[in-house]
Amino acid sequence: MESSDKKKKGGLSRRDFINSSIRFSVILGIGAIGGKLLTRTQVRQMVWQLDTSKCIQCGRCATNCVKTPSAVKCVHVYSMCGYCDLCGGYFRPEVKELTTAAENQLCPTSAIRRTFVEDPYFQFDIDRDLCNGCGKCVKGCGAFGNGSLQLQVCHDLCDNCNECAIARDCPADAFSRVPSDNPYLFSGYDSKKKG
Amino acid sequence: MKKAAAYIILILLISFQLYNVFAVQRFPKPEFESGYVQPSTLAPNPRAEALAILDVVVLLVTLSVATWMIIKKRSRDGVFWISIFTIAYFGFFREGCICSVGSVQNITYALFNPNYSIPISAILFFAVPIIFTLFFGRTFCAAVCPLGAIQDVFVFRPVALKSWVLKVLGLIPFIYLGLAILYAATATDFVICRYDPFVGFFRLNASFMMFMLGAVLLLLGVFIARPYCRFLCPYGVLLNLASRVSRKHLTITPAKCIQCKLCEDSCPFGAIDKPVQIKEKEESSKAVRRIILLTVIIPLLVLVGGYVGSRFHENLASVNHDVRLAQELLHPDKTQPESFEVTAFKSAGKSVEEFYKETASIVDMFYIGGWILGGFIGLIFGLTLTSLSIFKYQEDYTPNKGTCLSCARCIDFCPVKPEL
Repeated sequence: MESSDKKKKGGLSRRDFINSSIRFSVILGIGAIGGKLLTRTQVRQMVWQLDTSKCIQCGRCATNCVKTPSAVKCVHVYSMCGYCDLCGGYFRPEVKELTTAAENQLCPTSAIRRTFVEDPYFQFDIDRDLCNGCGKCVKGCGAFGNGSLQLQVCHDLCDNCNECAIARDCPADAFSRVPSDNPYLFSGYDSKKKG
Repeated sequence: MKKAAAYIILILLISFQLYNVFAVQRFPKPEFESGYVQPSTLAPNPRAEALAILDVVVLLVTLSVATWMIIKKRSRDGVFWISIFTIAYFGFFREGCICSVGSVQNITYALFNPNYSIPISAILFFAVPIIFTLFFGRTFCAAVCPLGAIQDVFVFRPVALKSWVLKVLGLIPFIYLGLAILYAATATDFVICRYDPFVGFFRLNASFMMFMLGAVLLLLGVFIARPYCRFLCPYGVLLNLASRVSRKHLTITPAKCIQCKLCEDSCPFGAIDKPVQIKEKEESSKAVRRIILLTVIIPLLVLVGGYVGSRFHENLASVNHDVRLAQELLHPDKTQPESFEVTAFKSAGKSVEEFYKETASIVDMFYIGGWILGGFIGLIFGLTLTSLSIFKYQEDYTPNKGTCLSCARCIDFCPVKPEL
């Protein structure tokens, strides 16, 4: 191959011929692989989401996301909420007084807002700008309440990394790629209703 | 009557929630009397799919323009401005994802895991630059890759490296590519993405280690031009090989080389092949002996490499999430509190025996993978050795088609005017 540069055969040197052959076999190979994968491709893109039924609220969502604060936030599913006065997601265990004082709150960033609805019910809202996705409230709500507080990847914040940094460190293997037209996995979520 | 209605609502609510194994409706939803309207749960939609198509279109357009600038227009300035655009769009706007370098793993992962539905944009980001390279050389590396572009603007005081240093360091990308494919195939990790050095800059947000890695590479890049591209990039390996058989390629001179030596030191990457004096013809017996030696050495290197790789398969496998967990379950460390992994595994209620069986099959995969990876590295060592011992006659100053990144810097040094 080395000494064949100058040998012309009908205007095409041997090296050119070899190069072209390699070139077209590579293109054929890529075409074959691409074609094979294309048959499996859903044209929709995939996004990362965590399965709330596997989540153990270890707190790594808050620390391992490439974004600070994390793109994983607590989502409040109001339709599942019991509107409890003594909310297991809002108050620390063994809380003395049911007030909004900081020392009573479970949330380290005070991201949950408690507002009075009617006796004896309270509404709890998540301030997404403050929530860091640590999941303490989720654990509390799951243990003592209805489980209406759930951790989810918020897709307006998520960068949709090729390999999710939380997914590879999630101890419960709760993260997976899901189709982007049905991007949430929390209980009580209905993709058709959301449109 | 009211009570009955409340029960019906309660039953309805409970039946509605039945499909939900997770939910424990300990406290039924209250019936509000004050006309309270329940807010809806926030579930923002992801980035529109059309934008993924836009990424592919931008890739195609920038790649075409860059190729035109390099091959036809022969303009370094043009290449530079495309680099700036690339840094802005693929870098800071798209925040480094998706990129062709990482797409190697998506392809591998998809080939080995039939359940993974690979996005069409990932296939195109993998294939399009390779196809362009097969025809026009590494124009992708020149300006369209955001990782290359950000390093390219830091090339201020390039120093020439000895050719043996280039050869030795040039082996690293092959090893990196082999490891990346092994870990992607075994669904362990996407190492290229994990150690992507510049994504932290693009996101303006990174862990300390990630930031340091990127900063060190950029500062090193002031003197040793584009260190990531030349001595680490696994996708560059594929483009390097593809570029060697490219149909067209960047040329230093637009017409005939007059051997004025002006371009000799112009390449910051040491990718210009210099003319060599015609040596006396080697004795044929010596050449024959060398060929025999190489035909023995290369298979030997492949075997030794494969054996060494297979010996280390347990170390390679210990990166895997499941393998690590199995080890923890087998040999629990009593001094440490139970890890989250073990807690999660216990709460999931999977049988330990079944899990060990699964893990054993992963370790087996690593055994085969270790043989292939080691053999591959041995082969690369052997082929590098061969290329070092082959004498290549060279008359003019030409870019080395494999290592040339088509940045077009050398063009400005050539005094020859194009023939009209």
